[in-house]
Amino acid sequence: MKSYWKTNLRYLLILLSIWFLVSFGAGILFREELDTIRIGGFKLGFWFAQQGSIYVFVILIFVYIRLMNKLDKKHGYDEE
Amino acid sequence: MSIQTWTWILVGITFTLYIVIAIWSRASSTKEFYVAGGGVSPLANGLATAADWMSAASFISMAGIISFGGYDGSVYLMGWTGGYVLLALLLAPYLRKFGKFTVPDFIGDRYYSNTARSVAIFCALLVSFTYVAGQMRGVGLVFSRFLEVDITTGVIIGMIIVLFYAVLGGMKGITYTQVAQYCVLIFAFMVPAIFISIQMTNNVIPQLGFGGVDESGVYLLDKLDGLHRELGFAEYTSGSKSMLDVFMITAALMVGTAGLPHVIVRFFTVKKVADARKSAGWALLFIAILYTTAPAVAVFSRTNLIETVSNVKYENVPEWFKNWEETGLIKFEDKNGDGKIQYVADIAKNELTVDRDIMVLANPEIANLPNWVIALVAAGGLAAALSTAAGLLLVISSSVSHDLIKKMIKPEISEKGELIAARTSAVVAVGVAGYFGIHPPDFVAATVALAFGLAAASFFPAIILGIFSKRMNKEGAVAGMVVGILLMLFYMTKFKFNWFGGGTKEDWWFGISPEGFGTIAMIVNFIVSIIVSKFTASPPKEVQEIVENIRIPSGVGKAQNH
Repeated sequence: MKSYWKTNLRYLLILLSIWFLVSFGAGILFREELDTIRIGGFKLGFWFAQQGSIYVFVILIFVYIRLMNKLDKKHGYDEE
Repeated sequence: MSIQTWTWILVGITFTLYIVIAIWSRASSTKEFYVAGGGVSPLANGLATAADWMSAASFISMAGIISFGGYDGSVYLMGWTGGYVLLALLLAPYLRKFGKFTVPDFIGDRYYSNTARSVAIFCALLVSFTYVAGQMRGVGLVFSRFLEVDITTGVIIGMIIVLFYAVLGGMKGITYTQVAQYCVLIFAFMVPAIFISIQMTNNVIPQLGFGGVDESGVYLLDKLDGLHRELGFAEYTSGSKSMLDVFMITAALMVGTAGLPHVIVRFFTVKKVADARKSAGWALLFIAILYTTAPAVAVFSRTNLIETVSNVKYENVPEWFKNWEETGLIKFEDKNGDGKIQYVADIAKNELTVDRDIMVLANPEIANLPNWVIALVAAGGLAAALSTAAGLLLVISSSVSHDLIKKMIKPEISEKGELIAARTSAVVAVGVAGYFGIHPPDFVAATVALAFGLAAASFFPAIILGIFSKRMNKEGAVAGMVVGILLMLFYMTKFKFNWFGGGTKEDWWFGISPEGFGTIAMIVNFIVSIIVSKFTASPPKEVQEIVENIRIPSGVGKAQNH
């Protein structure tokens, strides 16, 4: 139980840091700096704010699902 | 065939579909009425959550807001999707494990207090009512433009449909109609977007198209920035809000999203904890399809609009311009009398006002797409508005019948009696929502933002602390919620309705807009909760055991009826 919860909290910390970095970081705080870099027609900061962050959000949740399913199994908390 | 005929056909088909599903999946017990029996598959729940979440605002208004705000519109894109990460990681699995029917249920039980429960019920009702009025308005708007009936008739037709399947089917009926509504609305959003993307950039994928080049080889975004500079607007890709305000609004919307009761209850409908995580993933994936397309639609329609009307002689404007003028949502006033439309940032010289809400609805017409596509957008807008309205009505009815009547006023009520109470309160709620849809108070637009701020300032800290802190007690949670809500209400009413002496933009605290203030109120809630809990007694042992228990995903099954 203790180690399950600890690992869970560690996953949360890592995943939420990425969550913060791509949205508040790349899309807002460092937007102007990133806007000097261009990918095709997109300025990078603008792209993160309107596209990139959303893609990363989706990936983060699916990574979390995988990690937790594995962790559940390891501790015998998975059902069926 | 005309647009109107097409619209009647498509709206007729989709409405029939919703009713058939409602009859097929009607609820026969309170458990089916509140949480669809608790056996919905993660995929179906993901689809339903996506439809539940994407309201008339997402479907009709959002692309328009981005279109006029450019980069500033990013707050909605990140805010309304990023909240799902918080939901999936911090709330959904634990609330599912807790296994009750509603959010006030969790607050009331976790904080062993009917005061906490009452505060939660008040917030749930306030948030849901302000939200649902906006949905009914969206229904009215679509009906009046495309079917040329007046807004009142439109709202009444919408009310009857929602009434039918929400009252009959409860959560079970709503879930399966929402699955159908997601399919309708995403198809309706994507088809015109893809058409226009091909038209303007030769790219089938709108998400890539708006970073592409037009027929003359210029990047679309550069062209739009150029047009904006020429007409005196802020550059499209830079926007005009301050960084701090963008930060605060995004955070408030994210946290507000994660605290909205009609979204949270959807995670009570799946079988086990792993399914709750999975459905949050599916939900965001389905939402992301629309949310990554919307900024592309915004760029296409903005460019199209400027190119079609700027400096064009009024007698030469296309058909759609006149159609929308009749609804009063486009206005042209020839200030300098040259017979041409001047669309510029300078208010004294600008001659054109375009309502942001019409961009998505008018977009297919502006791009000259076939009539059936235009009609499809109407059906999609209705699906978006109805699915969200139904979800909210369910929260309202379960707050009244379950949290208020069963848990507080009359605990001995029978299963059958509670079901009747749930249905009756749904009927009353539809009536009230319809009334506000027909006679929208001026503050509807303002109060939708308030709904997010309130959810952020009240529920979110109470739920998070309830899960992640065993030490959090009822005194802390209640104090935090009350202070958070009052602070939020004070700031909103001061700057939106001019109460408490009012104030202008210059008077905003630290330059934070009322939309972004939810973040501050939430932080204050956290601080107050933690400090108060330090100076008051620890929660009882049973409650600490509940917290231990919700952190472990297995053994969900039994926690249902009570």
